[in-house]
Amino acid sequence: MHTKRIIPCLDIKDGRTVKGVNFVNLIDAGNPVELAQKYAQAGADELVFLDINATIENRSTLISLVKEIASVLNIPFTVGGGIGSKSDVYALLQAGADKISINSAAVRNPNLIDELSQEFGSQCIVVAIDTKSIASTHYVHTHGGRKATNVPTLSWAKEVFQRGAGEILLTSMDADGTKQGFDLPITAQVAESVAIPVIASGGAGSKNDFLNVFREGKADAALAASVFHFGEILIGELKNFLSQNNVSVRKSDTNIKP
Amino acid sequence: MNVAIVQYNAGNVQSVLFALKRLGVEGILTDKPEILQTADRVIFPGVGEASSAMNYLQNRGLDKVIRSLTQPVLGICLGLQLLCKHSEEGNTECLGIFDLKVKKFPTDRGSKVPHVGWNSIENLRSELFSNVVSGSYVYYVHSYYAEIGSATIAQTEYILPFSAALQHKNFYAVQFHPEKSSNIGEQILKNFLQKS
Repeated sequence: MHTKRIIPCLDIKDGRTVKGVNFVNLIDAGNPVELAQKYAQAGADELVFLDINATIENRSTLISLVKEIASVLNIPFTVGGGIGSKSDVYALLQAGADKISINSAAVRNPNLIDELSQEFGSQCIVVAIDTKSIASTHYVHTHGGRKATNVPTLSWAKEVFQRGAGEILLTSMDADGTKQGFDLPITAQVAESVAIPVIASGGAGSKNDFLNVFREGKADAALAASVFHFGEILIGELKNFLSQNNVSVRKSDTNIKP
Repeated sequence: MNVAIVQYNAGNVQSVLFALKRLGVEGILTDKPEILQTADRVIFPGVGEASSAMNYLQNRGLDKVIRSLTQPVLGICLGLQLLCKHSEEGNTECLGIFDLKVKKFPTDRGSKVPHVGWNSIENLRSELFSNVVSGSYVYYVHSYYAEIGSATIAQTEYILPFSAALQHKNFYAVQFHPEKSSNIGEQILKNFLQKS
């Protein structure tokens, strides 16, 4: 049976994992390679690494970090942050990333989505959308959420799907860091208007929040950072809880005969 | 153990090399016929598009080399599809090891395509799945699938039942990514390497 995915997200800054509240106030959350391995063993289905301080100077640091992660990790992972060209994508995929995530660059130049999906295949192109509600309409935000655009989130989601994105990573900036639950209405609206998987992000605080985002939010996957980094929710327990509530999940590898 | 990985215009072979390394095997990425022919094992990976991959293989004569291999061969993802007879992707004649057609998932049944994520494998009937129980989860990313036939050694259901794995003589193939399928994937790769 096809399963819903649980995805820990590691925000990377200068080679370390960090976590902030509402995109600011960063605190150190550990070594990304060690955390990646820990999560794979704990039963994470996939990982996302976002380079939140992407600059040309630290691009080579990121590439070597990606290589290091790929060499130890036996589950898929996505890398995002400051990716703006075919050569960026090529370098990250060569280093061992399974998928890349683009955000601001796609808003600036939507053709980039077509170009990347044609060149590398839709399966490895994730379009990240940061959304925030302004006067009851959701609008796309860029630059780590700092810049508002006049593009409605729903029409942008449809457009990135039509241009060949393989998945959408939808982050609600209203919910992010609050631990009050995912933004269910916008997640459901996006998930129902595109025929590609939607990863919900922002706001996870309890196991129930995950249940709700799969049931009411219609998400295919749910992403969270701090609740996992600080051990507030254990992935194994979360999956048991979801499974008890009839959400299909991959239970950790108990299927190998001794 | 000498494991050759077919080098062609389809990506991400790096993760296959890393997965082998975690099992203590150094793979060789090559398009040289003599190295492919003399390796103990050959892995034919691939993430990409069928018609351009077939063109690339034919232009370099690699299609004939792959068909002529006699040691255990493992196709992965696009590799499985290229080992079939025909693919709807670009309406392409493929290598024809498996007498099966590769079709696109129907998109009119309310399910999302590509099929991305973890799904279970059932009806396991090959030593490739030694120590792996039916219902184990593996990682998939694909929009095309091979239909079920006599070569099917495992199946998965997504929208419809399809071949999760195939075997004909020395040729094995899996639609999922063992290199990304956690401990289950490692066990399957280990079985392929240890096969006598």
